Amino acid sequence: MNKFLHTPLTEEDIRALHVGDTVHISGRMFTARDEAHRLMLERRENDEEIPFDPSKMALFHCGPVVKKEDAGWRVISAGPTTSIRMELFEDRFLTAFGTKMVIGKGGMGDKTLAALRKAGAVYAHYPGGVGALAAQAITRVANVYWLDEIGIPEAVWILDIELFGPLTITMDSHGKSLYRDLEESIKKNLERIHEQIAKGA
Amino acid sequence: MKNRELKEALLMAIKQAATTLPADVVDALKQAKAVETSELAKLQLEMILHNIEIARAGSVPMCQDTGILTFFIKAGVDSPYLRCLRTLITEAVAEATRVVPLRPNTVHPFTFKNPGNNLGRFMPHIDWELVDGDEVVISLLAKGAGSENCCALKMLLPVAGVKGVKKFVLDHVVGCAGQPCPPGVIGVGIGGGADLSLKLGKLAILRDVGSRHPDPAIAGLELELLELINQSGIGPMGVGGVTTCLDVHIEYAHRHPSSLPVGIIYQCWADRRKKVKIDANGRVEVR
Repeated sequence: MNKFLHTPLTEEDIRALHVGDTVHISGRMFTARDEAHRLMLERRENDEEIPFDPSKMALFHCGPVVKKEDAGWRVISAGPTTSIRMELFEDRFLTAFGTKMVIGKGGMGDKTLAALRKAGAVYAHYPGGVGALAAQAITRVANVYWLDEIGIPEAVWILDIELFGPLTITMDSHGKSLYRDLEESIKKNLERIHEQIAKGA
Repeated sequence: MKNRELKEALLMAIKQAATTLPADVVDALKQAKAVETSELAKLQLEMILHNIEIARAGSVPMCQDTGILTFFIKAGVDSPYLRCLRTLITEAVAEATRVVPLRPNTVHPFTFKNPGNNLGRFMPHIDWELVDGDEVVISLLAKGAGSENCCALKMLLPVAGVKGVKKFVLDHVVGCAGQPCPPGVIGVGIGGGADLSLKLGKLAILRDVGSRHPDPAIAGLELELLELINQSGIGPMGVGGVTTCLDVHIEYAHRHPSSLPVGIIYQCWADRRKKVKIDANGRVEVR
């Protein structure tokens, strides 16, 4: 099913999504990679202020190529980075900040899958590295945080988006994961491949 | 004057590598799209191909991870340009970062400080091989971290033999699943030593997709590994499908009788490489 959603996302929006659905999203998202996850969680633990509301935006695993122009920053290329690096703390992040959609590539693990179910959130896949196409749906850089501290790739970029997608829901809020399902068949295929190698010269 | 022209050529090569994928890779991706049957797998390749076209037409980086730049130089010992190349390459990288623009990727490993220009200690990485003659051939590779993080080295027992090599490659590539942005190219370096096997793997991915090793036995092994990897079902971006890999390239060196090193270099679909040739008169060709 193809859906068009707008941030802020509601629990109802999210629970209606299932693995295999296609989504275009408009509104706002923030980028966060390894360093931004660490930094934001540290700030939350120390009761320091987070200067934006992560619960009202989609989270994008991305470190963009940006250019500073007279009118401000412009995003040149912005596809997703490898999400599994954030598996370390995505469950805590979702619980702490109430973010309802994680956009990335490659999928995530069991800890995140459990957190998605509990927090009412989804993981949406966008093909990795498809940065020039993705940038066309980013209409404006609304803000950037911690740029001096952690640099361009790791900083949190607040991005206005228009029909960002197509995203494919690959992990939903009902405990289903495309990756987990595929793992089973890939394991069987690998066993057959091992047999062929053993038989070969 | 010549130096400025050389730097311009290097700058152009870096820009073209970031924005325009070699035709052999694009053709292989198109072929992969034609054979996929699942809609989801087709969608991945369709978006990748659309993206490649947007990047080329607009001269913008196809992937936000513009990578770490490596320059493999076959340096003719009689070339008059060897003295200035390191400086010119370094300047071209800094300038490309500003004008293409590239993402400033190099960071200090301990302080995390990012100089903002893709330079740093040993960066950009320049690999020199001295050869006869007066010509210089520079192979530029712009490789992102998603696939670089999926490279591996294993010191096999020599008795494991070719079967052991096949099993290691298959287990590793299947284990990486969709993380390194398949379908791409797998470079396998065999023999030499720990460092040389990985380097040979990297040199192997500089070859065109579809090209075969001149030794028929090695060429056969390349095709066999390609076929086995594509039986895994991982598919484009790991969403399931018949194309996990576009090609396998193998390079080898003689080894110590007691060790069988195997280096695996995983290259994502954004297989960004460029060649710059400089002859003795300073004529430059970028392709």
